[in-house]
Amino acid sequence: MTNETPDFIAGRTVVLDAVVGRRAPWSHVVRAGELLTIIDSHGNQAVDCLIYDADDTSIRYSAPDTIQARGNVYLTEGSVLVANTGVPLMTLVADEVGRHDTIGGACSKESNSLRYGNHTVHEHACVENFLAEGALWGLGKRDLVSNINWYMNVPVEADGSLGIVDGISAPGLSLTLRAERDVLVLVSNCPQINNPCNGFDPTPVRMVVTAA
Amino acid sequence: MSDSTTSTASPEGARAHARSMSGTVIETMPTVPAAGASDWPTDVAADARLVAETVGGGNYTTLAVARGTVVEFTDLEGDACVHLAVFNSAQTDERLNVADTVKIQWQAYLGTGSMLLSDRGRVLATIVDDTSERHDTFVGTSTRAVNEARYGDGSAHGGTPAGRELLVLGAAKHGLAPRDLPPTVSLFQGVRIADDGAVVFHGSAGAGTRVRLRFELPAIVLVANVPHPSDRRAEYVSTPVRIRAWRDEAATLDSPEAVATPEAGRAFANTIDYARTRGL
Repeated sequence: MTNETPDFIAGRTVVLDAVVGRRAPWSHVVRAGELLTIIDSHGNQAVDCLIYDADDTSIRYSAPDTIQARGNVYLTEGSVLVANTGVPLMTLVADEVGRHDTIGGACSKESNSLRYGNHTVHEHACVENFLAEGALWGLGKRDLVSNINWYMNVPVEADGSLGIVDGISAPGLSLTLRAERDVLVLVSNCPQINNPCNGFDPTPVRMVVTAA
Repeated sequence: MSDSTTSTASPEGARAHARSMSGTVIETMPTVPAAGASDWPTDVAADARLVAETVGGGNYTTLAVARGTVVEFTDLEGDACVHLAVFNSAQTDERLNVADTVKIQWQAYLGTGSMLLSDRGRVLATIVDDTSERHDTFVGTSTRAVNEARYGDGSAHGGTPAGRELLVLGAAKHGLAPRDLPPTVSLFQGVRIADDGAVVFHGSAGAGTRVRLRFELPAIVLVANVPHPSDRRAEYVSTPVRIRAWRDEAATLDSPEAVATPEAGRAFANTIDYARTRGL
């Protein structure tokens, strides 16, 4: 792994610098204009992410509205992360990886039962992290929607087949998001061990918030 | 009006005026009782007929259906687009999960045999018949903001309503709030994804195609019929969709959809055990 600060935010005032442990949830209110940089410290670690308007959580990240605005299913530098009302929440202003997923959703005990079998039902999954961390902000099951999976690779083939496949990230690669309004960012550092989204070995990631 | 027989100046006159409208038939309306409507499949017995309604372009309806109900949508003129949100009516925080629907089936393009999956590892509905094969699991519905920019108005009753505005109203009819609305799927207007991830709009398969959904759980079904957001025509083009719903039987573990893949087998097993346990 690497502890270097990405070039894109070099020299900026650091508001917060935190390590999110392997399999752990995390949340933070990023103020309008601040930058949130997510560093894939060990490489190919899926970071499941939901975003809410900090002042009205019924306004939240919408994968379909984001895809609609961009005309593309992959997130990359310049992508605007759009809410269910059509307003921008954050913008991906720097990206060292190339593309990220927003169609695969979060793993859950229930979806694990279908994808891998009932022996995986009692394993740790992202929806558990979202529920536990979201509860701290008064959010519940109804507030979970299709999310972003930073550093996760989900290609769509010509015949419509798709799947979570080996990642294209690497140790130390980062991305930076600019908050377009005050937003609550909810993260699950994905605990999945049954598919390649974490290289079958969940690892910590680093979060750096820098001032506007 | 000045004619004393139709004056609405008194309750009696107003009542007569209101009642004089009885029996008016237009294209876009529900027919009640449904059994008396036209255009039922010939093999649907009169006592199994539940809902008959045609929803105009830029409008919405909702259904609350029992487990085993089949709902048929027909794109009458070729420019319908059915934006669907589905909830388990026994616990409405279980709802359509588009991400799980495509991920678990390893397939983004819906067709006959596709499951609409909930966030709880269960099948809300199965596509049991599909002559359109032009559907979308990526782009979702339209917002007021986008419609205002495109057409000048996106409000529910402004003539060019956004799908989300109509779904908010439909949700309210079942005690559900905006935060209950999940990403939707749309029927009858298809997209395909290019190698670079670009969304390519393929549009409609033409007039007269149909999709039949069999509900595997008791469900609240929200239906907004508005243009697909990727339809780049300058005009707001949206034509009627005909709905017929009838009583049928939910899938068993031996149904073709349930034996198709290991994921489907587990999804239907989860659904059937849940329904039995819950007494549904």
